[in-house]
Amino acid sequence: MAKMTKEEVIEVAHLARLAITDEEAIHFADQLEAITNAMELLSELDTENVEPTTHVLQMVNVLREDKSIPGLDRDLVMKNVKEHEGGQVKVPTILE
Amino acid sequence: MSFVEKTAAQLQEMIHTKETTIAKMTEKAFDRIEALEPKVDAFLALNKERATQLAAEMDQVPFAERGPLFGLPIGVKDNIVTEGLETTASSRILEGFNPIYNATVVDKLREAGMVTVGKLNMDEFAMGSSNENSYYKKTKNPWNLETVPGGSSGGSAAAVAAGEVPFSLGSDTGGSIRQPAAFCGVVGMKPTYGRVSRFGLIAYASSLDQIGPITRTVKDNALLLNAISGYDDKDSTSANVEVPDFTAALTGDITGLRIGVPKEYFAEGVGEAAKQAVLDALKVLEERGAICEEISLPHSKYALATYYILASSEASSNLSRFDGIRYGYRTEKAGSLLEFYMNTRSEGFGDEVKRRIMLGTYALSSGYYDAYYKKAQKVRTLIKKDFDDAFEKYDVIVGPTTPTPAFKIGEIIDDPLTMYANDILTIPVNLAGVPAISIPCGFENGLPLGLQIIGKHFDEETVYRVADVYEQATDFHKKTPQTWEGAAQ
Repeated sequence: MAKMTKEEVIEVAHLARLAITDEEAIHFADQLEAITNAMELLSELDTENVEPTTHVLQMVNVLREDKSIPGLDRDLVMKNVKEHEGGQVKVPTILE
Repeated sequence: MSFVEKTAAQLQEMIHTKETTIAKMTEKAFDRIEALEPKVDAFLALNKERATQLAAEMDQVPFAERGPLFGLPIGVKDNIVTEGLETTASSRILEGFNPIYNATVVDKLREAGMVTVGKLNMDEFAMGSSNENSYYKKTKNPWNLETVPGGSSGGSAAAVAAGEVPFSLGSDTGGSIRQPAAFCGVVGMKPTYGRVSRFGLIAYASSLDQIGPITRTVKDNALLLNAISGYDDKDSTSANVEVPDFTAALTGDITGLRIGVPKEYFAEGVGEAAKQAVLDALKVLEERGAICEEISLPHSKYALATYYILASSEASSNLSRFDGIRYGYRTEKAGSLLEFYMNTRSEGFGDEVKRRIMLGTYALSSGYYDAYYKKAQKVRTLIKKDFDDAFEKYDVIVGPTTPTPAFKIGEIIDDPLTMYANDILTIPVNLAGVPAISIPCGFENGLPLGLQIIGKHFDEETVYRVADVYEQATDFHKKTPQTWEGAAQ
């Protein structure tokens, strides 16, 4: 693993939708580098012919009958929403 | 009346003989919580008004209609949603969030007649091994208030250890029930993945998270698992398998039972006291007829790295839903929609959560996906196979729960890798999806040590049977922390 740079951390933070300062980026770069270096341990294992496990139990599709059922009560849902109007959630302007 | 010294059966007997009522017991629980909270800081929210009203109503229910947990108080980890009771997962980003429905386990507690007295502190979004990552407060270990209770279900374990409640629910992604249970000297069970519904559990790493019970005794633990287990069509990963009566498995007989003892669980980094306590425990089990043999789980040393890649990757996806739009905290520094998201999340999440989100985003990003995420998925297969192979010959696997007892608050919080190593003995279990319990098995410098008993998929019965035999033969579970002496009884 090459050294993790401040710029790489800022790029990853942006992808993760996190705003971070330059100082935070330097701090996280050191820690993430140490953690990813520790994870390099896995590269010593030959996993060429090993199937990946995405789930520990046998999974099957869970299907239900295609019929409508009541959803959450809208007025109740809106109690947790900071800004709403006419039964709709308000967000900051997307298009200028 | 202190809950610390009473089992569910004894509490029911007290209600039955009119020594107490459910209403009085609930009142006593709140008295004790209010007396101890300035020291322990285990609870984030109390449900006093509703619980008091519910308790009074429950006293009217005829005895014939009551189950073994009816009327008994319980605390619930704050990442399990409770209708009308603030649920934050100890994060600023969910401050003020009042769920409009219950998690399935909370509905099941209600069906069993249990009284939810409040919500318990945890590491933010269940990320941590010490409870120091909560936005709201640091829970203290009742055995020594200068040490951590463990994480992430530290509030759940500390509340039971301090005798604030006799029962609590935690969640375990990499050891978050068993490690705090070991640090606080109580019984904590991580059931088989899929045994308990995760509907209403705020997700951290969905393929690893599992809800489980924390109690004073093994039998009480089995009773609580009886109450919360079962198939749930609201959780697509819930297993549609029969739920036995776990208490019926406590036969006291382990004659001929085969116990595998992994040599990797006694490796460098595991303290001498933890090793010796487990070796002594194995002697106790051998004296009662079990056969103990050394085994190898050769991929154990890869579990920590595998876990942090997989858990962080799933966390980066799961936590993308917290954007300040529909619930919880939102920034005052809004500009564009993108700035709104980024500022909300940066102000709302703590450092450990940010670290794992970034690690996960990195592991899943183009160019690194194969090297990290896919590689870890493959190593998980090898770790799971280690367990499958061992369970062909052995009924349970036994080792220490943690390398050391509880450490001091602040001691390793700035060293993520050392902190992560705390879960080195519990993490393989989550990767394999098997059940495991931690029960008290000794002390080091006055702090509890835990014995971990690991079972086959859906074989919690054998795990409980072994744990119960050990508990009956020893008195570690009867010891109580001095810090609560003199508190309201």
